[in-house]
Amino acid sequence: MADGASGRMRSPLGQVTGLGSAKDGTSHWWAQRLTAVALVPLAGWLVIAALAQPDLGYATVHAWLARPVDAFLAALCVVVLAVHSSLGTAVIVEDYVHGRAAKLLTLIALRFAHVLIGAAGVFAILRLSMGTLGS
Amino acid sequence: MPPRERPLSPHLQIYRWQISNTLSVLHRATGAVLSLGLIVFVAWLIAAAAGPQAYARFAALIDGPLGFLVLAGFGFAFFYHLLNGVRHLAWDVGRGFGKRERRASGWLVVVGACALTALAIAFALHLGGSTHG
Repeated sequence: MADGASGRMRSPLGQVTGLGSAKDGTSHWWAQRLTAVALVPLAGWLVIAALAQPDLGYATVHAWLARPVDAFLAALCVVVLAVHSSLGTAVIVEDYVHGRAAKLLTLIALRFAHVLIGAAGVFAILRLSMGTLGS
Repeated sequence: MPPRERPLSPHLQIYRWQISNTLSVLHRATGAVLSLGLIVFVAWLIAAAAGPQAYARFAALIDGPLGFLVLAGFGFAFFYHLLNGVRHLAWDVGRGFGKRERRASGWLVVVGACALTALAIAFALHLGGSTHG
């Protein structure tokens, strides 16, 4: 970073903080990579486990996700998928949605939508795996 | 204060279209598609949690040629994004940047994604995978 070109293009404060134009350094990039690494086995397991079921009928799906380990892994997978998707779609919006207000509103809506999706998925799995306990 | 001169990347048109940028565009496109797929997946979970009637309604919705096409599309997007994601992770640790490696891994990802999609479809069709079981 000490070469002449980047030195001239960055403000003195920018050079000191090293956080770049998005002001959050590499945290977004790093979280995207961490969730990607986690999803290789997690999402891979989900697809293989789903395809390994004899069928995907109501009873089979219930029996599958009633097993604690399977329910736990499925819920974990939904959460990590939602985080990974949230980070990825945010980058797309940052690149293609122009104008401060439009960009900010889209990013807020996307983040809310992803929390909603993740929470709904986890709730559905919890209900699937434990819903019969109370009734 | 007048805006500082910032470096601009050249416009897209001056680049020759080739496999590396095609796969890069496809990675982002499949990522966006998979975000929609996550909604469908969670909707499926909610239907399963809501009871047999809701599940039957959801199953009827994805039954038929259009539903099959959409699911197959999600399948390809999934396997492509997964394999190409691993390719990106290898780059992130500084591996596979050679010209030949780059092209070879790119084609490997394309062929692998098609093969895995075909395998998953075959599995779903022949070994059950019906939502009516």
